[in-house]
Amino acid sequence: MSRKTDRSKELRAIIKSHKRWDVIFGLVGLGAIALAILTLVALFAQMVIDGFPRISVEFFANFPSRRAGQAGILSAWVGSFFVMIVTALFAIPVGIASAIYLEEYARKNWFTDVIEINISNLAGVPSIVYGLLALGLFVYTFGFGQSILSAGLTLALLILPIVIVTTREALRAIPQTVREGAYACGATKWQVVSDHLVPYGMPGILTGVIIGLSRAIGETAPIITIGALTFIAFLPPMPFTGDPAAGLFDWLFSPFTVMPIQIFNWTSRPDPAFHANAAAASLVLVFLTLGMNGLAIWLRYRLRKNIKW
Amino acid sequence: MSASTTSGRIVIAERLTGAARLAELAKIKVARKRKDRMIEFVLLLAACVSVFTTLAIVYILLKESLVFFSDVPVWSFLTDTQWTPLFDDAHFGIAVLLSGTLSSSLVALFIAIPLGTIIAIYLSEFANHRLREVLKPVLELLSGVPTIIYGFFALLVITPLLQEIYPGLPTFNILSAGLVMGIMIIPYVSSLSEDAMRAVPMSLREGSYAMGATRFQTATRVVVPAAFSGIASAYILGISRAVGETMILAVAAGMQPNLTLNPLEPAATITSFIVQVALGDLPHGSVGYQTIFAAGLTLLLITLMFNLLGHWLRRKYREAY
Amino acid sequence: MPSTITLPDDAPVLKAQSKNLDFYYGAFKALTGVTMPIYENRVTALIGPSGCGKSTYLRCFNRMHDLYPGHRYDGKIELYPDDVDILDHAVDPIEVRMRISMVFQKPNPFPKSIFENVAYGLRVRGEKSVSYLEDKVEAALRAAAIWGEVKDRMSESATNLSGGQQQRLCIARSLATDPEIILFDEPTSALDPIATGSIEELIGEIKNKVTILIVTHNMQQAARVSDYVAYMYLGEMVEYGVTKDIFMKPKRQETEDYITGRFG
Repeated sequence: MSRKTDRSKELRAIIKSHKRWDVIFGLVGLGAIALAILTLVALFAQMVIDGFPRISVEFFANFPSRRAGQAGILSAWVGSFFVMIVTALFAIPVGIASAIYLEEYARKNWFTDVIEINISNLAGVPSIVYGLLALGLFVYTFGFGQSILSAGLTLALLILPIVIVTTREALRAIPQTVREGAYACGATKWQVVSDHLVPYGMPGILTGVIIGLSRAIGETAPIITIGALTFIAFLPPMPFTGDPAAGLFDWLFSPFTVMPIQIFNWTSRPDPAFHANAAAASLVLVFLTLGMNGLAIWLRYRLRKNIKW
Repeated sequence: MSASTTSGRIVIAERLTGAARLAELAKIKVARKRKDRMIEFVLLLAACVSVFTTLAIVYILLKESLVFFSDVPVWSFLTDTQWTPLFDDAHFGIAVLLSGTLSSSLVALFIAIPLGTIIAIYLSEFANHRLREVLKPVLELLSGVPTIIYGFFALLVITPLLQEIYPGLPTFNILSAGLVMGIMIIPYVSSLSEDAMRAVPMSLREGSYAMGATRFQTATRVVVPAAFSGIASAYILGISRAVGETMILAVAAGMQPNLTLNPLEPAATITSFIVQVALGDLPHGSVGYQTIFAAGLTLLLITLMFNLLGHWLRRKYREAY
Repeated sequence: MPSTITLPDDAPVLKAQSKNLDFYYGAFKALTGVTMPIYENRVTALIGPSGCGKSTYLRCFNRMHDLYPGHRYDGKIELYPDDVDILDHAVDPIEVRMRISMVFQKPNPFPKSIFENVAYGLRVRGEKSVSYLEDKVEAALRAAAIWGEVKDRMSESATNLSGGQQQRLCIARSLATDPEIILFDEPTSALDPIATGSIEELIGEIKNKVTILIVTHNMQQAARVSDYVAYMYLGEMVEYGVTKDIFMKPKRQETEDYITGRFG
């Protein structure tokens, strides 16, 4: 009997020492997460402390200036806005159409494989390579110049894999019985897609689009490579404004700047007053980016609650 | 009575019967088929945009690089120890830029891989459901911050902090940029690794617990080995991300080509070099212009190599759960 | 309804006993008042239709339910000879699992070598001596009647083995730590008839060293393999007795209905 209790005591001691590792690792894990979160908090704190005082209506309404106190982000946020419009106008239809083709129409052959391999490859290409593509192709070969159009198309290509993947997932989540029901009513494939799949998948598709756009708005490297200038003190010409009146599409070909580039420009200056501007602009950009991300996450959450197949 | 196809809707009047009805339906069928085939073609074109993008990237990079390599022999490109493309006595040794890419990536991965793995194990095997639901989106925020802002943070917060510890640290240095890059890459590593671990079936964990293992023993001896291919993919993704990062390095590491692996010095990477040239004047067809494409081609080949490695690893070790 | 328990005449030694065991998954009561003896070095089988609670009852014995939130035990499972209630909060489930092993329905070898699979339970206990591990592993593989098939490929991955071999490997893994009880949760339902036969033969051989509690949905298997049978229905134990008696002359109508296939 005492041998058994000895063994029991031994086992209990071993278990205790092994369980200690459970506790240690729990602490280490939390510590690692805390470190990451701490960095994020420090980042935000610095932006807020340095940048918040600079936030004002004038900041949004002023052009950049050599005088730090008067500099603003007008050309930057307007530029970002227009570039995003071009990006969205290209990426949304092409992305959704690609996803529909791959999910609903494509047959299982080598060609489909090629397309799918391409999409997953492109997701891993560094963004600056897209910039090089844009420089060679859009700026020079197509002759779009260093313009909003080039930037918008480049970013659209960049976020295309994101839109395609999330749209495919949204379509895949729709049960087969819905399609069968529609076919049974005599619908054609396109009618099934346009009347049923796209509407039902819209929340998921929107989520993907928003995530893609939030990524695009913060991209710097490809836009620099195209040659966006960093000191722009004018806005793209709006159609029918100015003298002589600007054409309908002149704004597309106008030189421009975007928020990340303005931040880059101000960060690179040695004068700390400009750093405050950079912090303020960063605050605005982060607010936009995380706001869009948050919107997408909220949409995904709402979607999971509402649609019960 | 006959069928009318107004605005695509098909209205078949009830009086038609028998052979006439069949004939009418056949006419509608032909029209619909034609329309469907057109739509399919348009969708296919859209899907081909991605193929077109890849082809365009390869074409552009190759085209300009070929011009570059007609001037600069490949051998000296690979072995020269100086990188001074815009000087009169120009040297084009890519190794200089590669040293910057290598040292910055190593610093970043030194942070991202251990921390990312630990966080993944913790979230997958230790944290309870509610904690995980809260922490995962917060971690994802890390990867949602635009990299220019990280660059700003590295230059204006991390560098001064490091200078307190090591006063000789230059304003531009690889260490600062690498550390911030590492933190930014953590979610890439942790998210994919965690997904891989959660995919390991509960029956393996039960088998381990049934043998009297503790949580830590089960996590490290059974779950992590079982999720190996997914975790390896996550690491490869982290490496790819580090190699391709641009803005953090452009802002905080200085853009001065420097053949060194010492992270306490400033250095240019392949990516930050391209930015530096792009910031200046880039007359089409000039030496500078072609150089960035040669550099870009090198970068693309490196990331392609890692992508293929990841693909091969996944193929070879894929566990079917 | 109270259970009908017919204890055997030949006074075998009691290894464990559940006393009025209730079990809850959240608000759902999965087991009600299960009282049952487990005799040492004998095979006790649990039979009953799907969802009757036999696996739930089995998993109480090695505190598997502790892995999932929302579980609640009410009642006792006493382990002898030390009279410890293994369901007590103060008792460490890990310690319980070091004394009571389990073989699962679907074979679950770890993605490790054959040697490491069998040695796992010992390593987890802190055993490091290579010669000791090698001896124990060989003994366990012999006891599981698989030594001959694997002795030349001990460093190969266990996942390369066939289903039947994997299950025997899992049994070896359980045996390597000299457990007092081995729990079998429908161990052959995922195997072909030949593999099933070899596992049943194995159970007959190892019961001399270890007490066995086996859940099975296959009545013929229970009849072949076990010494005692408990018939469960809707979380309660309906009847318990010596195998031959239960199958030849069950005392309860419910038992007879199940055994004759009137429902199932």
